[in-house]
Amino acid sequence: MALMDRVTSRLPKDKLWEGVRFAGRQLTTPLLPDDYLAMLNPRWTAREVRGEIVEVKPETDDAATVVIRPGWGWSFDHAPGQYIGIGIQVEGKFHWRSYSLSSAPERSGRTVSITVRAMPEGFLSDHLVNGVPPGTIIRLGLPSGDFVLPDPPPAKLLFLVGGSGITPVMAMLRTMDRRGTMPDVVLSYSSTTHDRMIFREEIEELAAKNDGLTLHPRATDDDGMLELDKHLDDLCGDWREREVWACGPGPMLDATEEFWQQAGLEDRLHLERFSLNLTGDGGEGGTITFQNSGKTAEVDGATTVLEAGEEAGIGMPYGCRTGICHTCTVTMIDGTVRDLRNGDEFDQPNENIQTCVTVPVGDCTLNI
Amino acid sequence: MAIADVQEYTHLTDEEVEQLGRELDELRAQVEESRSDHDAAYIYTMIKIQRRLAAAGRATMVASAWNRRTRVPGTILGGTMLGLAKILENMEIGHNVMHGQWDWMNDPEVHSSNWEWDTAQPAEQWKHSHNYVHHQFTNVLGYDNDIGYGILRMAREQKWNPFNLGQPVYNAMLAALFQWGVALHDLDIEAIRKMEKDPKVMKKQLKQIWRKGRRQAAKDYLFFPLLSGPAFATTAAGNAYANVMRNLWAYVIIFCGHFPDGALHFTEEEVENESRAEWYLRQMLGSANFEGGPLLHIMSGNLGYQIEHHLYPDLPSNRYAEISVRVKELCAKYELPYTIGPLHKQYGQALRTIMKLSLPNRFTESNRSYDREVVEQEVPRGRKTDAQLGSRRLETGSYSARATA
Repeated sequence: MALMDRVTSRLPKDKLWEGVRFAGRQLTTPLLPDDYLAMLNPRWTAREVRGEIVEVKPETDDAATVVIRPGWGWSFDHAPGQYIGIGIQVEGKFHWRSYSLSSAPERSGRTVSITVRAMPEGFLSDHLVNGVPPGTIIRLGLPSGDFVLPDPPPAKLLFLVGGSGITPVMAMLRTMDRRGTMPDVVLSYSSTTHDRMIFREEIEELAAKNDGLTLHPRATDDDGMLELDKHLDDLCGDWREREVWACGPGPMLDATEEFWQQAGLEDRLHLERFSLNLTGDGGEGGTITFQNSGKTAEVDGATTVLEAGEEAGIGMPYGCRTGICHTCTVTMIDGTVRDLRNGDEFDQPNENIQTCVTVPVGDCTLNI
Repeated sequence: MAIADVQEYTHLTDEEVEQLGRELDELRAQVEESRSDHDAAYIYTMIKIQRRLAAAGRATMVASAWNRRTRVPGTILGGTMLGLAKILENMEIGHNVMHGQWDWMNDPEVHSSNWEWDTAQPAEQWKHSHNYVHHQFTNVLGYDNDIGYGILRMAREQKWNPFNLGQPVYNAMLAALFQWGVALHDLDIEAIRKMEKDPKVMKKQLKQIWRKGRRQAAKDYLFFPLLSGPAFATTAAGNAYANVMRNLWAYVIIFCGHFPDGALHFTEEEVENESRAEWYLRQMLGSANFEGGPLLHIMSGNLGYQIEHHLYPDLPSNRYAEISVRVKELCAKYELPYTIGPLHKQYGQALRTIMKLSLPNRFTESNRSYDREVVEQEVPRGRKTDAQLGSRRLETGSYSARATA
């Protein structure tokens, strides 16, 4: 004991930890110490961030908040408004989706929450709302996204929310409430009926407690859709002076974007879309060689490496398919690929590439 | 000349061969569609058992090492557990995961693209020499480097050389040091000797082998023995025992796959313009199964179902048993041979071939259970490069990883 103390007191803390990790790796190679620790507790691994579903709380008839306790490798200081990747194994197969965090960031937190509405066609959302038992171990993708609330928040805000688009906004509202920094906030919240409004009661309570927060609920089954050119001036006369965050169904976001563009105020608008808009320049295309099987695929500059691999019958790893979760990452032995989102090119040998958002620029070889 | 001209199945018309191919495709599709929870549970259970067995084996050796009375029995017990864990890891888990049998789960921790196994050969080189070269050109003379691994003469068509006289010795050495033999397999020592190897590739491969080999060796012969303190040597010996146990077992199982008398060899001409159905035929006729209970099959990575594995190298190994029932029915229906026998018999035949072929052909009689004349032009030693091999993989499979919801 005394010896150990003498050794540890001489070493800086991180050096010691590094030494322990190094020794652990030597003993567990070709695996990692995490692979053995995860046998004791499935969350004790930073190899792939995992989480345990603690609770599924019903919010409305078809929506629920899923409380997740993340394992090692998670940092709790996400920005309010960000989303995370969730990987759940159903019938043996991992399915990945992205969901906005509805919980406010808490550095000392132990859990995070997402709020999910079961969509009629949404097989995974339905599973999350209606089928997933507490204790289930899931995979997590770290928080990302730039639909976030700045700190401190701007003096005047407008939130335009449709349906389950409330989730990232809820994280923002909770954060401002908790920090006591609620500025002048107008929240326009549309849903088909009042009963289907997720978090309605909590928002009403927040509005009662915070003078700055004004809620304008709208049940579109009775009152019709919110039409910006007709209703916005009545709803929020000073909308031109406000920083705006909009989240909801695609058509709503399209209309919002157009409206703010016409007003020449698109700089003030922040949108959250959950579909990937791959408008970047395509690559030239080329032949992709899959090293392990020797299979090849000839592709044009618009086909992603992931699609090409699947077409060729390669068991490509994939996740969100929108460049978020990094599950699809594969090592490119040589060649060049271009990221469709921003035109960045990757051309280093043995570079890890995200196959779901990259296209080949000339021939390339993948280690799969 | 196509593969369908080989005597064993000349009774089949082209249409019948294609029909067989369609039936095998259908079988594949059925298994793919039915992969579900219980398959995932199978591989996770195997991984769990293997890791616990390895941890328990190592802990037993280290814990028993500090007492003179427990040292030897503890090391034998722990070494046996570790050996079994290594066998399970290499055979049922590593080999099969790297084949992509579990890629459909989309689990990044159990995926062919990043699995590294507990043996000296780097996974990347294994996937090239095994998944690509061996599974694509199975038993094609001059193409499949697994016909004797460049060390042994395993087909009568392979040219005899006085070097082959030492085969019984090389064979024994290969068996005992199997993991190191496998580690050097993709390197192609013959090409290095002839100075034909691309120095850049060679440097990269050697570096990979050195790094992996060093880590593997340091674990078993330095770090774990150090944990045993005064019994350093005992634990090192226990680990060596575990490694040799795995080496011998893996060697025996692998030699039963394509070297029993019933497994056919093919020539370059026979695989020219090969169709997908003919590819299936070649895999069936070039492979040999062995019989056994479920435990034997698990410990041999289900390679006792070598025929099924070669037909569907990337379907989950726990399904090979049920697939074999259907494949046997198809063999009966099309009157095709299905090579199978007890493990000792299959290995005995392989061993006999090793001994016999150490001598030139004129001194020995062929034991092949099929009637084919030895090709007149002898296949020289040496390998083909990837560019010379070309691509011939026709079992593209219908694996679809597309999001379904």
